[in-house]
Amino acid sequence: MSCHDRILLDDWHVVADMEQLRQSRVLSATLFEAALTVSLGEDDNVSVKRDRDGQDLTCQLKYGFVWVCPGTPTRDILHIPEAFEEDRYVVSGGSFPVRTSGLRVVENFLDMGHFPFVHTGWLGEEPFTEVQPYEVELTDDDEIIATECYFHQPIASPTAEGGIEVEYTYRVYRPYIVSLYKTNPHFDDRKDYIVLFIQPVGPERCVVHNMLCYLKEGMNMPDLRWFMQLIFAQDKPILENQIPRRLPLDPRAETPIRADKVAILYRRWLREHQVNYGAIPAV
Amino acid sequence: MLKLYDYELSGNCYKLRLMMSFLGLEHTTEAVDFYPGNQHKSEAFRQINPLGQLPVIDDDGLVLRDAQAILVYLASKYDTSGKWYPCDDPAMLGQISQWLAFADGITATASAARLHDALFYTHIDVDAARSGAHRLFRILDEHLFFAEEIGQTWICPGDHPTIADIACFPYIMLAEEGGVSRMDYPAIRRWCDRFKRIPGFKVMSGVFPAGPAADQSAA
Repeated sequence: MSCHDRILLDDWHVVADMEQLRQSRVLSATLFEAALTVSLGEDDNVSVKRDRDGQDLTCQLKYGFVWVCPGTPTRDILHIPEAFEEDRYVVSGGSFPVRTSGLRVVENFLDMGHFPFVHTGWLGEEPFTEVQPYEVELTDDDEIIATECYFHQPIASPTAEGGIEVEYTYRVYRPYIVSLYKTNPHFDDRKDYIVLFIQPVGPERCVVHNMLCYLKEGMNMPDLRWFMQLIFAQDKPILENQIPRRLPLDPRAETPIRADKVAILYRRWLREHQVNYGAIPAV
Repeated sequence: MLKLYDYELSGNCYKLRLMMSFLGLEHTTEAVDFYPGNQHKSEAFRQINPLGQLPVIDDDGLVLRDAQAILVYLASKYDTSGKWYPCDDPAMLGQISQWLAFADGITATASAARLHDALFYTHIDVDAARSGAHRLFRILDEHLFFAEEIGQTWICPGDHPTIADIACFPYIMLAEEGGVSRMDYPAIRRWCDRFKRIPGFKVMSGVFPAGPAADQSAA
């Protein structure tokens, strides 16, 4: 099953982390089941070739990643102002292959309900399991935003000293790109930022690339990566054991609860945009 | 003060975090950016370990590499009960060493498959790694089954776990991440559950604690 969704084919997708590419000069990657070869030339130019027919794909470098568009781009790579703020570390937390649909990864990222059970002692702990009501809206730019998401977290960040009440904002920009803003333990008025750029390898396989934009104050880079990987590796076995691997878009397929408000909108939004790759379409 | 050069997702580092937790050993940790930073292969880190591998400890100037070697050292030096590595029992030491070498085989197979699937070690022959892991798991499963039959709880004889159990546990628990299921190894699965109930047990990412219901029945 290859991808026929125009909204995905005509968009940009990360296929490699520049730091990895600099180490090896050539990398293999897969996008929508098509094998690609990503190369760094003598002149530091990056090229991406599709192995099947040797065709060069349109590519760009941004945020330390190689992006390609397999179709005809109808919009640019999204703009992330946090990536240009000088008092932040802007760094990849590492790219991780996951044996499930990228849409499942987005939905897991949007979910606060699993914090006490999957990230026990870090992003949540029993008995503080209730997800308080929060706000969700579809913006004029056709993005999904969830606000006023509060959760008690024992260790919310590598710089946390004890439990705090964390405020999150979640944002879905594109079907396979999702971000969050969360309270920095040391600055009331600033938030740390994480974005996932998910590479759809197949309908039930993806590589999760991420960019972390964390305030430098009190933080060091190895700890930042350590924390991101600690958390992500807790999610991974849960994601890989979730059945079906593709995200069902039929509203009756998996019964949501109030805490899933943002996921309900996400699935509806995917239906309306006819995103079927990585999904089980509604009938 | 004892210092561990650590990477969160490394099963070999986890062996030492477990040992130190079981023994209640105070220590400091220095996070090494193994992935994606490849810091363990850097010039600076090769001054600490010329093999460019984790884990490494520095105990007041004594620098040691290799998870199994460090388990031997920590248990010999700091375990006052003498049960994790009974230095005065040749038969036990022989058996423990045998299973420490076996644990290295698990690293070479189950862990290699995980590196292939989870961290882009694409040069690894993953089919060979997986079948190698299954071969070892079958041997351990049989060993544990017959041990249970004679009332033996752990890999080596006696009523207390040894560093052989610690050495074998992490990459068995993480094997699914490399596409190696534990489904066909019931004795291994029971042993894993018992291991998770050792006082001082702690998890790492990808390893979940034993369920509370079974906990009560164990108590």
